[in-house]
Order: sequence, then C-alpha cells, then structure tokens
Amino acid sequence: MSDTPHPPKGSGPLARREARLAWGLLAPTVISVSLVVILPLLTIFWISFKPIGLADLRAPTLRVNEQLRDADEAEPYIRYRVRNTSQDIALTSASFRDAIPQGVRLGALPEQCTFEQQVLACDLGEVEAGGRSELRVPILTSDAGAVEDVLEDSAPLVRVKAPNILTNLDFTLENFARVFDGGEFWQVLWVTLAYTIFGTIGALVMGLFAAMLLNKSFRGQGILRGLYLFPYVAPVIAVAFTWVTLFDPFSGSANALLIQMGVSEGAINFFGDRPLALIMVIMFEIWRYFPLSFLFILARMQSIDTDMYEAADMDGASPFQKFWYLSMPQLLGILSVLFLLRFIWTFNKFDDIFLLTGGNAGTRTLTVNVYEQAFAISNIGAGAAVAVVIFGCLLLFSLFFFRFMSREEGL
Amino acid sequence: MSVFWRGGLTGPIIGALWLLVLSVTVAVAVSFGTGDAFRPVVWLSLLWGALGGLALVAARPGVPVAALSLAVVLGALAAVGFGPVAVGESVGTGWEIGVNAVLGALFGLSARVILEEVPGLGALTRHQFEDAVIRFLTGFGYIFFTAIVVIPFYVMVMTSLKSQQALLQNPLDFSLDLSRGMELFRSYRELFVDYSFARYLWTSFYVSCLTVFITLLFSVPGAYAVARLRFSGRAAFSRSILLIYMVPMIVLALPIYIAFSQLGLRNTVFGIVLIYPVTTIPVALYMLQGYFRGLPAEVEEAGLMDGLSRLAVIWKITLPLALPALASVSLYVFMIAWNEFLLAFMLLDDPSKFTLTRAVTSLNSSEVPRQHLMAGAVIATVPIMALFLGLEKFMTKGLTAGSVKG
Repeated sequence: MSDTPHPPKGSGPLARREARLAWGLLAPTVISVSLVVILPLLTIFWISFKPIGLADLRAPTLRVNEQLRDADEAEPYIRYRVRNTSQDIALTSASFRDAIPQGVRLGALPEQCTFEQQVLACDLGEVEAGGRSELRVPILTSDAGAVEDVLEDSAPLVRVKAPNILTNLDFTLENFARVFDGGEFWQVLWVTLAYTIFGTIGALVMGLFAAMLLNKSFRGQGILRGLYLFPYVAPVIAVAFTWVTLFDPFSGSANALLIQMGVSEGAINFFGDRPLALIMVIMFEIWRYFPLSFLFILARMQSIDTDMYEAADMDGASPFQKFWYLSMPQLLGILSVLFLLRFIWTFNKFDDIFLLTGGNAGTRTLTVNVYEQAFAISNIGAGAAVAVVIFGCLLLFSLFFFRFMSREEGL
Repeated sequence: MSVFWRGGLTGPIIGALWLLVLSVTVAVAVSFGTGDAFRPVVWLSLLWGALGGLALVAARPGVPVAALSLAVVLGALAAVGFGPVAVGESVGTGWEIGVNAVLGALFGLSARVILEEVPGLGALTRHQFEDAVIRFLTGFGYIFFTAIVVIPFYVMVMTSLKSQQALLQNPLDFSLDLSRGMELFRSYRELFVDYSFARYLWTSFYVSCLTVFITLLFSVPGAYAVARLRFSGRAAFSRSILLIYMVPMIVLALPIYIAFSQLGLRNTVFGIVLIYPVTTIPVALYMLQGYFRGLPAEVEEAGLMDGLSRLAVIWKITLPLALPALASVSLYVFMIAWNEFLLAFMLLDDPSKFTLTRAVTSLNSSEVPRQHLMAGAVIATVPIMALFLGLEKFMTKGLTAGSVKG
C-alpha cells in the first residue's frame, strides 16, 4: 500500500512559473510605489527626529568674491574674499581654483596658494561656521587695468566638503516637543476632528438625500445627475476661489444678498471669523463631496429589488416605513463603507482648507499644520513630526477599517 | 404625529413652508439676475402660503385654475404692498407685481401637485399625510441642490465677464452689459495674451495625457496579476493597495519636496510627470482589478489552451474586453491629474513651467483683479467639464468603480 500516489505537496513548477509571472507584472508598480510612498514615509520618520530648517536644504558652500584692487597704482593685487554661507556648519577641505589670464604673472603668493599653468589654487582647509577671510595675491603687470574684466569674469571654482544635514546622526526630540507644546496641538486636533466628523456625516446625509431625489426615472433625471456631480468634478482651485469670491466681506455677492434681504446688518467675514470660518470650511467640504456619496448610494439604491417594495405595499406600509425598514438596512453596508473611507479622506484633506483660509481663523487642521510648520515657519523637522502624528492616527483608523471592510466587501 | 393627520392642518402648514421656500428662491434668483433689491417677507409668505394651502385643500381646483387664481391674488396683494416678495425703492411697482404674480403662479402649480393626495379638510390616512410631506421634501430638495450647485458656477462665469468697477459698485449685479461686445471677454484675452495661459493649458494637457499613459502602462499588468494569477502574498498585496490609498499627499509631499530640491527636479515638468502617475497607479490598479475579476476566465483559458502565452492573452483577449473599464480609468486619472494642485504648488515656482492649476493659484493676489482669477478658474474648469459631460457614462462608472478617493 505504500505506493499509493500522494497528492503533490508544496508548489509545482507551473505554480512557481505563475507566481514568477505575477511578480514580474507587479514589479514596475511595486518599485515605483515604494520609491514614492514607502521611501518618503521612512524619510519622514527620520527627519522628524532631526533639527532641520528649510534653509538647511541648500547645502552650505564657500562664496568667493574676486576683485582686482589698486589697478592704477604701483602694486595692484587680486583680492579674494571668502565666506562660509552657513552660520551653523563648518566646512572641511575647502579650496578654490581660479584661472588667471595669459600673460599675467603673480607676485608673492599667500602660503595656502600655489600657481601652476596660469591656475591659482588655494587650499583653505577648514572654514568655521560663518567664517570669512581675505586673500591678497599681488600681480606683476604693467597695465593691470587692461586685464581687469577678463580676470573678474572667470569665476573661481569652489570645492568643499560639508556634512550633509540629512544623513548625519544628529537627533533631537525637540520637534515633537514643539508639536505637542501648549494648547495649540489640542486646538489643532479638535479642529481636525470637528472638520472630519461633521464633514463626513454632512456629505453622507446630503448624498443620501440627493440620491433619494433622483432614485426615480423622470425626464431630466440624467441632466440633474450630471449637474449634481459638478462640485466634485471641477478643479478644487476653481471652486475654492469661487467660494472665496462669493463670500468676500467687501465685494462678495453673498454678503450683498444677505444685507439686502435684511438678514444681516453689516458685512460678515465668512472665512475670517471664528468659529464661522470652521463652519464654512465644513460646508465647503460637504458641498464638494456630497456628489460622491450621492453617486455610490444611488448606484446601490438602483440595485435593490423592487419586489420587496411591492410586497410592502400590499401589506400597507407607509412611505416612511418603507424607507426606514426596507431601504435603510439595504443601504447600511455602502453607508458604513463610505463613512469609513470618507472619514479617512477628509482627515487627510489639505487643499480645500489651505485654499479657503490658509489655516487661519481657527481652521488649522493637522494636514495644514504640516505645511504651516515646514514652510511658513520654515522648520522641516517640526513639519515632519506633525506628519508622523497624522500617520499614527491613520494607522489607528485603518486597523479599525480593515476589521470592518473585510466583512463588508469581502476583500 | 397623528394630530397632524388632518387636511385642515397639513394643507396650511405645508402651504406656508412651501411659499416661504419659493419666495426665498424667487427673490434670490431675481436678485442674482438683475442686481436689484428683492427680498422675501417671512411672515407674509407664511401667512399667504397657509391661506393658499387651506384654499387648495378645501376647494381642490384644477392645476390651471390654481395657478391662475393664485397669480392674480398674489399680484393684487403686491399692488397694495403686501406681496410675499418686497422690493427696494429703486425698483418699480410693475416689477413688484410681476414677480409676485409669477411667484403666485409657481406656488399654485406646485402646491397643487404637492397636496394632490390630500382629499379635503377632514382626517387623513398615514399614507396621504406622508405622501404630502415627501412631495414637499422632494420639491425642496430639487430647489436646494440645484441652487447650491448652480449659484457658485454662475457667479464664477459671470464675475469673469464683469469689469472691476461694476463688481465693486454692486456685487449682486450679474446682468451682462451686452453693449460692451467683445470687451466682455477682456479678462480672458488678457490671460491668454499677458499671462500666457495658452502655454499653461498645453502643459496641463500633456502632463495629464502622459500621466494617463504611464498609469495604464503600470497598472494594467499589475491589476491583471492581482485579479487572475495565484501567488503567495496576493491577499496582502491587494490590501496594501488600499492602504496606500490612505496615505495623505501632504505627508508624502514634504519628503518629495526635499528629494526634488536635492536632485534638481524641482521646477521641471519632468519631475511632475515622474510623480503624478505614482499617485494614480494604486487607484487605477484597484479599479482595474475589480473589473478584470468580473471578466469570464473561461475565454482566457480557451486562449491559453490554444497556445497563446499569458502576455498574449492579456493583449489579445483581456484588454479588448476591458476597453470600457480602461476608458473609465483613463478619464478618472485624467481628471485627477488635471485637477491636481498640491504637488504642482509645492514643486513649481518658475512661471514658465506652471500647470494650469498652479497658474490660477498665482492669480490669487491682491494685484490681480478678481475677474481675472475667476476667468482663470473658468479656463481650468471648462475642459474637464466638457470631457465630463461628453463622456458622463464612462465618468460615473469610473467614479463608482473603485474610488471613494477625494
């Protein structure tokens, strides 16, 4: 009985070939995505522990200023003024070379310099942070004025070694300390949560309402459906600037309308006053994204079997009862998926608030804070620290999300 | 709730609310159209609406009779200064009577339809009551959604056609001064002549097309592998696609900015073309794999049996079958690339390299007049809208296929 055939174990050659092909097809995507997503994420973690400002991104170097002095006098000389561009970082092995025009001879050279084949080479060694020095090289020519332009036109070639601020092992916790410092962080977190929760729920409710309106066929249904998608399809810059124009306190039509109708006495600064600005950004978020929920909910509604409603009609159910006891349970799945996805995406939203208020007037969310710290305050490290906090929150959400999604979508 | 189930209560309440909705709508619409002062009077609207609703329920006239008689009544009330829409001093009584009469006709027409199922002043069944409420809500919904969508776009287009002076004088006046002729399009001419918007349009166009092309090139094989081939790590892979979906752009933009600064890729269109597809590949892959899964595997297996290689099967069988999905995905990716703002804003400073969205952002300064900004917004919106309206079927499919992405 020992030679009964066993089912094959492990993966056979065919399966291995298929797996190889699969990874081959996926390779371009995997490589490009890890270059642009995974690598930057790791970088963000790295940078968040480092003291880096926006200015540090420009590598420090040696600035050499060359000038011919005393050209009309007996002892003309070339003056090289040398300066370290960085105020914090010392340069090592700094040197520069400069071509000297044909026929010009030099006098006694400073000790750091050598002169061969019409090339002056000066080795300065170490230049301390913010350090400057001056070198004088006398020239032996009867008519120094004649060579002035040629001399000064050839820019000296600079070589330095500077420690790269991104790769050194200088770490700090100061970025995180700054981020969590004082009440500001909690203010930002609170605004983010308010924006996310109200924006998401608002867009869902409006989407549900709009979907119910269009869940019947009548003439013009297609036109209305297309129209209701406009806010989502149009570029965010276009609609955001339109809102800013519409609600401008001085020349906005909304204010003119409200004053004329007697609703308000004077001009309202919609995007400039707390807490109105936050409410306005949430309204914008709802306005811009209700089309998306509307589209998904409508698609789900149209796939519900009509038999059920006919049976309910026979049993004498009223319209609200039908909606509550028949439609809602069918829509619950898509609603919860939409809620989770929209929640995360609203949490991540940057463009809208940035364009509407720039994060002023109590509308600064975490994402806007990344930009604010990194570019407005020019502290890249602090910006990265905020980004890490965002990432932590997202990880939390997505843990929850996957537990849920795997049941809902079977993915 | 059942205390409201009486025609004598439901009729007036719904009538009052409905006339209020209509008079606000009409006042806003006429104000935006003419720039003159029209405003709804809340208590008069509620009062006449309630009486109108009561009359409609009690008498149950035909639709033409209801419309005509209410037009006459509200017009007459306006003549003695008690119309639901009041006018400012600069507007003549003719206008006042006319607007109120039109409002009356609209009210008669629509309230009659809303109260269709209400048989009279007596008791209502739950059905009849809820039907009236739902009809009211439906009418309100159409007006509300249409208004909130149309008004911003109307303001955008009309502002771009006005002159600075006219805008400051009366921000509500969007009526077009047709005697200006071609001068109406002055902002557009200046944008194209002085701000080289033609070049930005072109840049945006070819950047978006390249993005679509590169995205498809990468995501089609990837999506096929995830949908059809068996390999260990498949489930984990399709999950991590979704996960990447959720990394916020601003978090990635910071290191990308640093890397591009150091590599000298900032301020180059090449850098933009390099980065855009990567942001869209996961979305496209996710959408496409869903579609590929829905295709019958038998056709492909038949191809394999007949001696085609896997790649030949993808090229000759799967792709032709998936053309509609490819169209949806392409449109969606094109839209993302065309509308993209954050990366263009951070990576491009040089006006000669701007994409359209970046160029419009640069118009948002106090030195550039408002109508130029709005004209820029129109220029950015029109191409994507034209594409959307022309191919709406594909677009909505693309949007629902796999994207809840904002």
